[in-house]
Amino acid sequence: MLNIVNKSPLERNTLDSCLRLMCADGGAGDALLLIEDAVYAVTRGNAAAAKIADAMARCKVYALMPDLEARGVADRVLDGVHTVDYGGFVDLVAAHPNNQSWL
Amino acid sequence: MKKFMFVNRKAPHGTVYALESLEVVLITAAFDQDVSLAFVDDGVYQLKKQQLTKGIETKNFSPTYRALDGYDIEKLYVERESMQARGLTEDDMLVDVTVLPAAEMAALMREQDVVLSF
Repeated sequence: MLNIVNKSPLERNTLDSCLRLMCADGGAGDALLLIEDAVYAVTRGNAAAAKIADAMARCKVYALMPDLEARGVADRVLDGVHTVDYGGFVDLVAAHPNNQSWL
Repeated sequence: MKKFMFVNRKAPHGTVYALESLEVVLITAAFDQDVSLAFVDDGVYQLKKQQLTKGIETKNFSPTYRALDGYDIEKLYVERESMQARGLTEDDMLVDVTVLPAAEMAALMREQDVVLSF
């Protein structure tokens, strides 16, 4: 399953809930895509960075580049996080059997 | 003259709060009031340098913070704890700000006549 999160990890607990549930069974075959305000989660030095590092040990983590650029943080993405453009977003949706947009 | 403080707690592009706050700040300045801006929690991200919104096709309003000076709005305060939790430093801010610990920010809020939260 492709899990999509769009809220800042420091404002809402959406990312926490997503990570807790997607990893509950080991996270096999799961991927996490961060868009909009959720991209702050993959920036160096932020308080959620350790959670992202944990998630990367179990599944692939992606972040949407246009959202990183808009927020001035494209140059501080954590190592190991894959960035994608809108075309890459579509490819991820197509490549997974299902997806969940966390609200 | 009344003391107005605008408390900004939301990141800039995911919702419209930051832009709306900026609009109201400019209106208030036109009425010749004593205006302060506080940046707390994700509001700190509003002042991040190098915001490039071409890719998400929205208005890049971040340069407007640099124009506030021209409207005699010079009191911009950033809460230190919020800035540090986001891996940011004063060098990351696109305009001159005063960085304050939470206790001093609280004291500043207490002395306002009007506090508006965005």
